[in-house]
Amino acid sequence: MKPRELLTHYGRQFGTLAGLLVLCAVLWALTPHFLTVSNLLNVAQQTAINAVIAVGLTFVIISGGIDLSVGSIVAFAGVVMATLLQRAVPVPLAILAGLGFGFGCGLANGLLISFGRLPPFIATLGMMSMARGGGLLFTDGRPVSGFDEGFRWLATGELLHVPVPVVVMLAVYAIAHFVLRLTPFGRYLFAMGGNEEAAVLSGVPVRFHKTLVYGVCGLLSALASVLLTARLNSAQPIAGINYELDAIAATVIGGTSLMGGQGSVVGTLIGALIMGVLRNGLNLLGVSSFVQQVVIGAVIILAVLLDTAFKRPKR
Amino acid sequence: MSIPPVLTLRGIRKAYPGVVALDGVDLTLQAGEVHVLLGENGAGKSTLMKVISGAVARDAGEILLDGAPVELRGPRHAQSLGLGIIYQEFNLIPHLSAGENIFLGREPRRAAGVIDQATLLDRAQQLLNNLGVAIDARTAVSRLSVAQQQMVEVAKALSLNARVLIMDEPTSALTEQEIRELFAAIERLKARGVALVYISHRMEELFAIGDRVTVLRDGRHVGTRLIRDTSLPELVRLMVGRDLKEQFPKQAAGAGDEALRVEGLSRAGLLHDVSFTLRRGEVVGIAGLMGSGRTELARAIFGADRLDAGKIFVRGHEQVIASPRAAIALGLGFLTEDRKHQGLVLGLSVQENTCLPSVSVFSRFGVMQPAREASATAQRIADLRIKTPGPHQRVFNLSGGNQQKVVLGKWLTTDADILIFDEPTRGIDVGAKVEIYQLINQLAARGAAILMISSELPEILGMSDRILVMQAGRLAAEFSAADATQEKILAAALGRAGLSAA
Ligand SMILES: Nc1ncnc2c1ncn2[C@@H]1O[C@H](COP(=O)(O)OP(=O)(O)OP(=O)(O)O)[C@@H](O)[C@H]1O
Ligand SMILES: [Mg+2]
Repeated sequence: MKPRELLTHYGRQFGTLAGLLVLCAVLWALTPHFLTVSNLLNVAQQTAINAVIAVGLTFVIISGGIDLSVGSIVAFAGVVMATLLQRAVPVPLAILAGLGFGFGCGLANGLLISFGRLPPFIATLGMMSMARGGGLLFTDGRPVSGFDEGFRWLATGELLHVPVPVVVMLAVYAIAHFVLRLTPFGRYLFAMGGNEEAAVLSGVPVRFHKTLVYGVCGLLSALASVLLTARLNSAQPIAGINYELDAIAATVIGGTSLMGGQGSVVGTLIGALIMGVLRNGLNLLGVSSFVQQVVIGAVIILAVLLDTAFKRPKR
Repeated sequence: MSIPPVLTLRGIRKAYPGVVALDGVDLTLQAGEVHVLLGENGAGKSTLMKVISGAVARDAGEILLDGAPVELRGPRHAQSLGLGIIYQEFNLIPHLSAGENIFLGREPRRAAGVIDQATLLDRAQQLLNNLGVAIDARTAVSRLSVAQQQMVEVAKALSLNARVLIMDEPTSALTEQEIRELFAAIERLKARGVALVYISHRMEELFAIGDRVTVLRDGRHVGTRLIRDTSLPELVRLMVGRDLKEQFPKQAAGAGDEALRVEGLSRAGLLHDVSFTLRRGEVVGIAGLMGSGRTELARAIFGADRLDAGKIFVRGHEQVIASPRAAIALGLGFLTEDRKHQGLVLGLSVQENTCLPSVSVFSRFGVMQPAREASATAQRIADLRIKTPGPHQRVFNLSGGNQQKVVLGKWLTTDADILIFDEPTRGIDVGAKVEIYQLINQLAARGAAILMISSELPEILGMSDRILVMQAGRLAAEFSAADATQEKILAAALGRAGLSAA
């Protein structure tokens, strides 16, 4: 692509990136500790969980849908995996089972939406409640805690001095970017979200890919759950409450349109980092968590306001 | 003319990234004239009209209203100055009545701010009556035909005391009868001193309705003529920059093997027992009135709608076509009539749209091959002369006719050899039409079978080897190219002739 086309294609991401840099600069000025390597890695690590979920949501939102059940799937898949771990199932197998379980919950969403013709909002609202209740029933409402070092490495380990969760996050984003830009699945997500009827008439297997995208979203929620469980050394049936809101926020701050058909995971990554940096910075500044909520809400609104102002077709 | 013009545009310029849409355009509009705007696809007609209606801000130039310069701040401001426009996509709210739509946002009020429904309906009805159309102001817009909705738009513009009324390709979705009604309404508006701008690619219309014509080419003004002093060849030369030899360069390819045969296709209320055969190398035209089941037939064959009964044979083998995907796999292609809703994903690029039905062809081991997509798209852009700054331009930003070319390009990219074209040249300029006809010839010569649905009888007559006429969901008649005449087709389409012999 020529530079001008790059700019028109990725201009929105440059804007978000500029927002992130400004935010970092401000926090650096206010608290020098912000810009230390250890703190930045800390931010990245804290961001990883939300960022991984947000990838799945970005896919779903580009396809013209929404998924409210991600937080509940984080909890349910987490307790399932943790229970297996405690029954001495080998770590890789337990993780695979957890991921498979999340994928299955997502597929159930997808089937309800594409074959049951339920609006995504309704189907995933139902799943949100069912998966939450399922996790609570499964554990009798109690957390499942205490795993061996091998599993904990997923939270505490490092690869080339980079914390494992950050490596996982970056790998997920690299793969997701590739999938979105260079695979039929990615292309179909944009086509479906932009104009479903035209997509069907162009031979796009819309139902199949619509089912699949919710499955992928469930899978990524379960992956986030692996990171969360390892970090807390505990899987809790009440984990992940409001995670869907954080992930949606990262997605829209990153410039993905809730109308579908437009968006990028690069933007979402920056959006997730903005959320993470903001939380971290406010903590360093000693701002109370009540005030933090107000600030974060305001930032979401501001980001989308700026976005619509720039996107509004020039007269 | 001695009377000062209502509206004068001088040196209007508008550029988009990579495109100069308008470059120093002049235009004057007199009260009571129909001013036709002519030009190739992408010449800048719609953009110029959006400048007048305040939807697009010009980069340079002046706008004079009654001789005094005005600065248009936006569509509402332009409306309040009496500059009205009717877009092809109407801005009506389907569930409100015609009257409520006409006065939307300006409802007459009683004391305490309550809407005065009786006055509203009275005044709306009066506006509609003045236009000479039989529409009840209480009818919900969703229950009106396209032509009636257009009249509601006209009435709405008039309720705003429009002195200038722009119609951008108003007839592209109307029947002959509806076009006559529209023209009658235009005559009445003229008599009331409204200045009308009329854009259309149907050349016969401008001689029927126009007083003056201005031709744009590549965003530049190339001439203004009185309609009575000009001729079709002159206008075409101004538009395209060269002479057009033949409007319909038909070359019969000679019918080969059977490509598609349908038997007894039926769909409750829409299709009744339709049977026909399409051979390789053949162009079969399907004529009929709007709503006669032509599009339904195409959709049913293509697997977009379910059939209640009937068989489809592709290259001699019976097939159950359950989805468009299955149809494409069998080598079928279907150019839909409504490009915005069915043909294109407007937010995606020219390249992404062009390659959409061929994604599986352009991917290997689950990975897209952008280089192959790019070369196929470059080929389509060149063959169809799609006017775009590049393959990555979003189709949303293309002119109407160029969007239509992208839809055509989609199906040429699939290598389909059984092609169903539903209104293939809708919104396409005269010059490009000839190129598309030549392309159809080439496809047929290469052995493709083409089913061409069209509401333009000259196109059906000029390009088909055989003509089928549909009426109320049935095949009412079949003619060979030699036997067919406009009169015979019309009679069959209206159901006045029995099944005449082929
Ligand atoms: N919003 C936009 N962004 C970028 N380019 C645009 C935009 N709107 C129009 N253009 C370009 O400006 C040129 C003129 O477009 P316009 O729609 O005015 O053509 P037109 O004469 O109405 O053509 P048609 O007969 O096909 O409707 C085209 O090349 C088009 O691609
Ligand atoms: Mg136009």
